Amino acid sequence: MLEVRDVHKAFDGFQAVAGVSLALARGEIAAIIGPNGAGKTTLFNLVTGHLRPDAGAVFLAGREITGLPPHRVCRLGLGRSFQRTNIFPRLTVFQNVQAAFLSHRGRGLDLLSHVEHLYRDETEALLASLGLLERAGELGAFLSHGAQKQLELGIALASEPKLLLLDEPTAGMSATETHETIRLISRIARERGLTLLFTEHDMDVVFSIAQRITVLHQGRVIAEGVPAAVRGDPEVRRVYLGERR
Amino acid sequence: MSARARVPWGLLGVLAALSVPFLGSRYYTFVATDVAILALFAVSLNLLLGYTGLVSFGHAAYFGVGAYTTGLLMKKAGVPFVLAFPAAGVLAGLLALVFGFFCVRLTKIYFAMLTLAFAQIVWAICFKWNDLTGGEQGMPEIPYPDLAWLERLPLVGELRTSDHFYLLTVVLVALCFWLLRRVVGSPFGRILTTIRENPERAEFIGVHVRRWELLAFVLAGAFAGLAGGLFGIFNRGVFPDFIYWTKSSEVLIMAILGGMGYFYGPAVGALVLLVLNQQITSYTEYWPFVLGSILIVLLFAFPGGLVGALDAGRRRLLRLGRA
Repeated sequence: MLEVRDVHKAFDGFQAVAGVSLALARGEIAAIIGPNGAGKTTLFNLVTGHLRPDAGAVFLAGREITGLPPHRVCRLGLGRSFQRTNIFPRLTVFQNVQAAFLSHRGRGLDLLSHVEHLYRDETEALLASLGLLERAGELGAFLSHGAQKQLELGIALASEPKLLLLDEPTAGMSATETHETIRLISRIARERGLTLLFTEHDMDVVFSIAQRITVLHQGRVIAEGVPAAVRGDPEVRRVYLGERR
Repeated sequence: MSARARVPWGLLGVLAALSVPFLGSRYYTFVATDVAILALFAVSLNLLLGYTGLVSFGHAAYFGVGAYTTGLLMKKAGVPFVLAFPAAGVLAGLLALVFGFFCVRLTKIYFAMLTLAFAQIVWAICFKWNDLTGGEQGMPEIPYPDLAWLERLPLVGELRTSDHFYLLTVVLVALCFWLLRRVVGSPFGRILTTIRENPERAEFIGVHVRRWELLAFVLAGAFAGLAGGLFGIFNRGVFPDFIYWTKSSEVLIMAILGGMGYFYGPAVGALVLLVLNQQITSYTEYWPFVLGSILIVLLFAFPGGLVGALDAGRRRLLRLGRA
């Protein structure tokens, strides 16, 4: 589903990502972990087209997407959520998700239809599955942080992605919110047969849902494998887990 | 969407506007024509300002080019109004396509500065090109459209030519408002608001942000051009200061004063600004001082503009009524 082949990215001489490769099979749930500054978000931005790699290539479902602009990458079936919550604050919850449906289904240049009722059923069904339906009429800006993160997930899902990239989906959440969000994400991933790649600080979250873990350190992959193997890896314990436990 | 009967405000507004020549003097018709045309100009700007989140400092370029287009075609080529009027929209829209192509590559203040720069170039051309535009002297004596058939109608037939032109203006402006309303209520209009709210996220629901911005720019320019086409006739002449940057700032003030978060906000802004201008200049020569004071108060007290303030007041009344 996703293949990243030896990508490099430097900022003003600082090597943020120095030759990372990884591959994800369809339906797989994988996590990228690593200390702050390990290059996780940069790697995401290289995949989604927000940054262009200095070297290397990215393939989505067998098709090369290296250096394509984000709107093209999105249309090819890649959804993402951002580390800092990224919604449309002065649109209602309903409109936030509906806009993603409009764009994804190619109605964005439709100047003649009335927008109000377009994709109402799809939008409401998606909001219901996220537990946001009762708040459909509220402005996105007025939701709690946790609810905004869920709304952002809804926006990403409305593009009906094959691959979903979540950058710290539980950042800034309380323990309860984190727990609920993780249950929600794994349920949706299972129901939709999504391939999921996420970064996360909370190790409990990572080890509870990831089937495979890639550990980044200083822009390089230092370990990769199933959770149990990564947990036992001495190098990982030294640079990362050891520091935090 | 409540079930309560909707008041047809648009229709009432048009009817009220149409009644002006029958109730008032020539002076009222004059002011009302000015208001109707500039309301269209301000609402066209708001497609960029309020809906797409783009601040254009050069919207007068398209207004002015529309005015010159209609004026030149009618005066020098004898083209009838039915062709010369849409031509203003087409030419202004094409110009917006060319300028917009470059402008949407920039963001925020850089976008604003480039729109201003392009507008000043257009102004300089119109100011200097004596053979075509009449240069600094402008182009006086634009003919009225041929509305002789109105004179054969009962009631309307007794009115003056300027009243007839006013009625035509009201109908055309109302038609443009209807079209623009459709645009902002369409899926395209909704996508524009996602760009206003968060261009980065909009890009990642699959929106090619620059392309949508360019289309909004072209539409806004085309409708400004139509307003300009009417204004040249109303003003009985087209002059380079239609394009000067002060005209661009005037229309920005109208939109902000009226409330750029509302479709008709800028139209209300045009009405209030022009009527205040007429009234206050007859009492004092310090009109800019009064305007400045009003704007300061509004910006701090009612950031949503006049319509925003009215809307907030209405909601408070509703809440009180329910309690």
